[in-house]
Parts: sequence; structure tokens; C-alpha cells
Amino acid sequence: MKQMYLKDIHEKLDEEPIRKGFGRGLLQAGKDDENIVAACADLTGSTQMSLFADEFPKRFVQIGVAEQNLVTVGSGLAAMGKIPFVSSYAAFSPGRNWEQIRTTICLNEQPVKIVGSHAGVSVGPDGATHQMLEDIALMRVLPHMVVIAPGDSVEAEKATIAMAKDKKNPCYIRLAREKTPIFTTDKTPFEIGKAYVLSPGKDISIITTGTMTYHALKAADSLYKDGIDAEVVHVPTIKPLDAATILGSVEKTGCAITAEEAQIAAGFGSAIAELLAEHQPVKMKRIGMRDRFGESGDPNALLEHFGLTAKHISMAAHELVE
Amino acid sequence: MKKKYTIPELEEIAIDIREDIIKMLEKAGSGHSAGPLGLADILTALYFDVLKHDPKKPDWNKRDIFLLSNGHCVPVQYATMAHAGYFDRKELMTLRQLGSRLQGHPERTALPGLENTSGPLGCGLSQACGMALAMRMNQEMHRWIYVVMGDGEINEGNVWEGAMLANKYNLNNITAIIDRNNIQIDGPTEDVMPLEDLKAKWEAFGWFVLDIDGNNMEAVIDALNMSRAIVEKPVMIIAHTVPGKGVDFMEYDFHWHGAPPNREEAKEALKDLRTLRGKIRGEHE
Repeated sequence: MKQMYLKDIHEKLDEEPIRKGFGRGLLQAGKDDENIVAACADLTGSTQMSLFADEFPKRFVQIGVAEQNLVTVGSGLAAMGKIPFVSSYAAFSPGRNWEQIRTTICLNEQPVKIVGSHAGVSVGPDGATHQMLEDIALMRVLPHMVVIAPGDSVEAEKATIAMAKDKKNPCYIRLAREKTPIFTTDKTPFEIGKAYVLSPGKDISIITTGTMTYHALKAADSLYKDGIDAEVVHVPTIKPLDAATILGSVEKTGCAITAEEAQIAAGFGSAIAELLAEHQPVKMKRIGMRDRFGESGDPNALLEHFGLTAKHISMAAHELVE
Repeated sequence: MKKKYTIPELEEIAIDIREDIIKMLEKAGSGHSAGPLGLADILTALYFDVLKHDPKKPDWNKRDIFLLSNGHCVPVQYATMAHAGYFDRKELMTLRQLGSRLQGHPERTALPGLENTSGPLGCGLSQACGMALAMRMNQEMHRWIYVVMGDGEINEGNVWEGAMLANKYNLNNITAIIDRNNIQIDGPTEDVMPLEDLKAKWEAFGWFVLDIDGNNMEAVIDALNMSRAIVEKPVMIIAHTVPGKGVDFMEYDFHWHGAPPNREEAKEALKDLRTLRGKIRGEHE
């Protein structure tokens, strides 16, 4: 087993919004390569694109509240050899401009990097309109599109730098608004297209993406005390899926739980279910939003309310194993 | 040194292109007739006079950019590109067939020389804006971007988002052309969604607007050249064209927006175009 260099989740971990890591990563990518450019739809501070915009004002385009324009301008920038990062809230981009992404970016094969912030119910008080839950489904069905949901801010920084180096593929990165625990370190490996066994086990595979991976680690810890040896597989790249790592885990454990802060229909759990159904059919449960919208509230209260915590993963594991 | 064509020569090339449009569409059995015929003069002016380009080196890094935003009119672009030397004219007869590089709507990755993938409307102007911004960052503002849009197309909100951005950043190396032929699929534009006062709308959005007869070769060339001299603002050319231009039974009839001619109709259309060619020769003798 490769060394994962994780923080000890029994300790009180530092917390930071995932989008902060994106902001730092983009700034670094901008310093490394002058062809990195950025555009934003009037949410420069919220998406943390401000770091880049302040450092490189001539390489930053303020689009205004116009998400269709955001991605089509991005397509034009990429056509002239730039690597554009275009950001807004996920509810608006890719929520509002999906067809433009499909035609002018994916079919047109332009390496635009789409940054969707404020994904998931943990957006909190802003309510259902701003809690994007369908973005994974929307983006993973598009040919050529790479889909990434980092687990914490440190991983988001690495993911952003990796995206900037990919001159060929369009990419979508999903970011969360609220502070979440930082469980990875600078040394934790990250590569686009790779899944990582963060905690080995033999009884059940808990396969998670984005913010839910921390909850999976907590769940595995409590399950161990109950006599269930769970394996946590973190999948920051939802597309392309690291089939070998996921199938390898499930082959060993014989059952699987997926968890995501998104609609389970056509989302991350569905992607895993598709893979397992074709190659390694096992009993599985999917945790996520079950065909409903979120609502206003405190982020942690909402996660509890909608069943998106370590406790809920543990309960599902007990049901599957027993 | 690129050959400089006279106006009568350009007018004849436009007729050649129209004949190929009819033949291609008849062979394909589907596609749009009216718009491509109406746009033949503008595309001829661009590819044979105005654009800095090299058909043998479509990736030439100093080339001007041409974007067809209303992708359904692509038969005119294919025919013009073939005549300009991008590929053999024989390939025109593969339009819309399995395996063809000439997709029903243009796909950049399928055919060298195409700069964008289009069909879903309203995106070309914003893509031009992105290209112009990149050119500014690269200090290449001497390169020009021409984007052709349909008039029905500007029902799309995306177009006006691009219009605002071009004004904000003064993207003065963009020349946009609206094919003002007054028809869209469901009928006359002013019935489907009124566009007038079109000139005032674009002026209000900060554009320099020229209003021309888009089937008058001299007027088209003059306007395209003038647009390069205007540096204060991006330029919009409202080009009034006759849908189905050159084919009597298609002219002004919105039913030909999205339909191809059958064998008999194609024969008649080619006869009309020969008559038009005779008229042009007569006028210039």
C-alpha cells in the first residue's frame, strides 16, 4: 500500500473552503505559464479567482453576470492557444450554459477549464437555488470532458495546477463553499484520473468523491470499532474513472457504498454503479440527494438533515454487511 | 502575391458557388437553401478579397479568422472554401454523408480551415470576443476576425452578452455581419420576433453600424474594407440580402429556409443561375 500521508482524523483538523485551494492553485498556474488566463461572471471573490485577477489583470476578463458569454468567450480564448479558467457558481455554470459547453467547448475540442463553486447542500443559507446538485450528472455525460471533485482545499490546489497543465481536454472542477476539514497534506498524491485507497480494509468499499471523503474516513474509523473493516476509496476524478483501483477494491470487499453531495441520479454513485454492473456486480448502496432539492439552513444541519454524514455512511455499511 | 479579382470576376465566382450549393444540397437531400444562396456574395468577398489567409496553410498563425455563427448556412462556406482551394470541389458532393468531413453543421475538428463548431445559434460573436481578447494579450490586434450571424439568430440572448463585452473591451478587430434576409424557420423575422430598429439597437450597444446591400459585391467589399479602418468601435455590418438569391422560385420564400431542392427544382435553379450569370456579363460589357 502506497503511503498516503494523510492527517490523523482523530485530531482537530484545520478547516478551509475548498475554493481557497483553487484560488491558490490558479495563481500558481498563472505564474508557471503565461498562457493561463481567467474569466469570471461577477463572482471573482466568491470563486477565489480574485487572487489571479489581482496578480494578472491583463490576463483576466470580467464577463459580468452572463454565464453563456463566460463559456463562449472561454471557447474563443482557447481557440487562440490560451488555457482559460472560467468561473461562476456551479448552479449557473454549468447550470445555465450547458449547451454552449457542449457545442463550443466539448464538440469543438477546446481545453476550457470550467470552475463551478458553491456545489452541494453545504452551501447552506442561500438555499436550493444556489445549492448545485446536478453538475456531476451534467458534466460527466459530455464527451471529452474531465470531471474533478477535490476532497479538500489542499487537493483542490493540486488539481487546479494539474488541470492547467492539460492543454488538450476541457475540464470541470467542482468546489464547495463552506469550510471543510483538511485531511490531505502537501505530500498526498494527486493525479488526474487516479483514485486512491486512503484507508485499506477488507469488508466493504466506501467509494466517495469531494467533500464526502472526509465523512467516509470518519465512518471507517467508527466501523472498525464495530468490527467492520472498511476500505475508503477516494475518487477525486469522476471522469475518467480509475476503474482498476475501484474494481480492485470491490473485488476484495465484495460490497460497496458510494457517497456524494449531489443528486444520486446520474451522478457519482451512478458512475460507480455503471462500472460495477458491467465488470464486478456486487451489493451496493448509494448515498446522496434522492431526487429532491436542498433548502436553507446551517451547512452541518443540512448535511445531517439530508443524510450526508459519517453516521449515515456507517448505518448503510452495517445494513450491507450484516 | 494573392491575385486581385475585379468586381465582375468576384460576381462570377459567387455564381459558381451558388451552382455548387444547389448541386450539393440536391445530392445531400437535406439542408438549408435560402441562407447559403443569399450569403454567397459576402463569403466570396471574404475568401477571395478581404481575408488574409492561405488555403494551403489553414493553420498559418498570422491568418485572419472567419467564423460562421449561423452554422446551418455552412454549404456556402464549404463551396467557397473549395473554390478558394482548401479542398477539391468533388468533396462537396459528400455533404451530410457518413464519414464526410463536410458535416451538416460545421465541425472544426473535421475539416482544416474551419475555425469553430457551430449550429446551435448565438455563440459566434462571443467566440470572436474571446479570440480578440487573446489576440490583444498576444499583441496581435492586426489580425482581423469576421463573424457572420443570421438575423433570426440574434433572438439569442448570448449574442447581446457578446455585444456588450465587445463594446466594454473595445474589440475593434472584430467585424460582425448580420445576414439580414428577414426570414427564419417559422416565418418572417418581424412576425416571429421583431428585430427592428436593428441599427439603433447595435448603436445603443456601442457598435459602429453600416447598413448595406449584401448582394452588391462592390458595397460588400467597400464595407468590409471600411470596417478595418474604424478603430474606435467594433463594427456591425447589417447586410440586407435576398434569401434564395439567384433562384427565382426560392427568393424571399421562407419555406426554403430549411429545405433542399429535388432533382427537378435543382435543374430549374441552375437554369436561373445561368440567366443571372448572363445578366452580370451583360451589365459589365
